Amino acid sequence: MDLNQTNTIAISNTESIPGRKIVEFYGVVTGNTVRAKHVGRDIMAGLKNIVGGELKGYTELLQDSRKEATSRMIEQAQSMGANAVVNVRFATSSISQGAAELFAYGTAVRVA
Amino acid sequence: MEDFLQTLEIFFNFGLPLLILMVAYFVGSTIEKRHFKNICEREDDLHGFPVVSFDTMPEDWNVSSCNMVTGSIVISLDYFKRVIAGLRGLIGGRIKTYEPLLERARREALLRMTESAREQGYDAVFNVRLETSRLANARRDGKGTAGVEMLAFGTAVKFASRFG
Repeated sequence: MDLNQTNTIAISNTESIPGRKIVEFYGVVTGNTVRAKHVGRDIMAGLKNIVGGELKGYTELLQDSRKEATSRMIEQAQSMGANAVVNVRFATSSISQGAAELFAYGTAVRVA
Repeated sequence: MEDFLQTLEIFFNFGLPLLILMVAYFVGSTIEKRHFKNICEREDDLHGFPVVSFDTMPEDWNVSSCNMVTGSIVISLDYFKRVIAGLRGLIGGRIKTYEPLLERARREALLRMTESAREQGYDAVFNVRLETSRLANARRDGKGTAGVEMLAFGTAVKFASRFG
């Protein structure tokens, strides 16, 4: 999964970008998405639950959501003029029965 | 005729759940064995690719670029093992049926992360973190688990020059 679609911004889950120096901080940037389960996928997952194993529908759903949350975070960082996001973290919280929020946050910085 | 109906009733009341249990046991075990075999093969294939959980990079790494990589999987236990785990939950203690499930999910997530790093041309991954989350309940009454999500993520780096 390529999180860095734009290629103009570097992201990392460490406190700095390896080999480069942080020259300016822009603050915390976040990106989120709330998703509900897909009915068709839910039925399939229910059947798959009998024999166990990977629930591919859910894996894809979560990957897509996480990608979207990350790209929103990157957009916000870019609009601030940052060229990197460091210390990125992921979080998940369930809002209601069958819906979950996925969100990504990090610190937007300028590296040189 | 009445005898036949009675047999049918007994079958639907006891036979069918038992049949599903047996099918779940055999299919579930086969899937698990195949998955473990597959994981071992892919781990052998990735042997020598540095994946570390240090939060600072080893000093001798001379890096030219970096990016974040992730790998995830949603996995569920088969019906038979869930029943066993439920029974075990009554008396407490170690639930052995859940252990291989979490282990293979974790190894699979790590493998997916590493494979995606290698595909994109990176040479190593550091600051690897693992996260586990339980998905929403499968049934409305709050029982049954739809699955467990395992997420592995880290910073993939490209070396400017190889060691030495």
